[in-house]
Amino acid sequence: MNSVGEACTELKREYDQCFNRWFAEHFLKGDRSGDPCTETFRKYQRCVQKAIKEKDIPIDGVEFMGPNKDKPES
Amino acid sequence: MGKYVCCTGLLKNTWDQVCIAFWQRYPNPYSNHVLTEDIIFREVTPSNCLISRRLLTKTSRAPRWMERYLPKHMTNSAYIIEDSVVDPQKRTMTTLTWNISHARLMSVEERCLYQINQENGSWTEIKREAWISSSLYGLSRAIQEFGLARFKNSVTKTMKGFEYVLSRMQGETPSRTLAETATERARETAMAAKEKAKDLASHAQKKQYV
Repeated sequence: MNSVGEACTELKREYDQCFNRWFAEHFLKGDRSGDPCTETFRKYQRCVQKAIKEKDIPIDGVEFMGPNKDKPES
Repeated sequence: MGKYVCCTGLLKNTWDQVCIAFWQRYPNPYSNHVLTEDIIFREVTPSNCLISRRLLTKTSRAPRWMERYLPKHMTNSAYIIEDSVVDPQKRTMTTLTWNISHARLMSVEERCLYQINQENGSWTEIKREAWISSSLYGLSRAIQEFGLARFKNSVTKTMKGFEYVLSRMQGETPSRTLAETATERARETAMAAKEKAKDLASHAQKKQYV
């Protein structure tokens, strides 16, 4: 899948590959022995965060699990 | 006020498989409207939950009558944020998805809870809730109706896409047949041709007046 920053797609692919393996083989199995994808994530983030700034995508200050807090429970 | 919808879905795969597929579900044959996908934040919390934020770009084709309320440069795509929490101890995944583009015109917020189905432990249940609202004076009712219809349509596509990715992950041939793919392709081509013809016609008309 393409990244929003055209230059980041290859870095994203490398990171996704690393993450998917870690997620399935370690995280879901309760293995907490460190994250092997830190470095690929850092490289990918540097690229994608730059693209987000350049494209003026308004993500700043959006709280995690943000907008839904005051919604009624069903 | 806005509209509220709630529905449940069932995937005949384990919760683990569904979570793994969740991160690999784009692209799939039902996600042509998803243009880009990025993880823009990710962390494992002290309580061992994985929290992530995904940024998606989707094409957002508005109906003709709505297009005139959109700024020209914004009519083609919309940015969507999807936050999620995967809790491997409780075996739950919660996602919250909403649009950060065109939000005054129409805002769609969706909350999903993925958990193990109580009747069959190797299946996964998805509880989906959505809030659709518009603050466009005078038109909010019509826009919410449109949003609701489109939301229902997109839920169907999401589930089909999920099933496709899950079956591919397990090395099965996805249930979607080649004939089905061909029919859809043909329909898309026809639609594109129709749009192009309309464009040409309107250009021709403009030229006449120059």
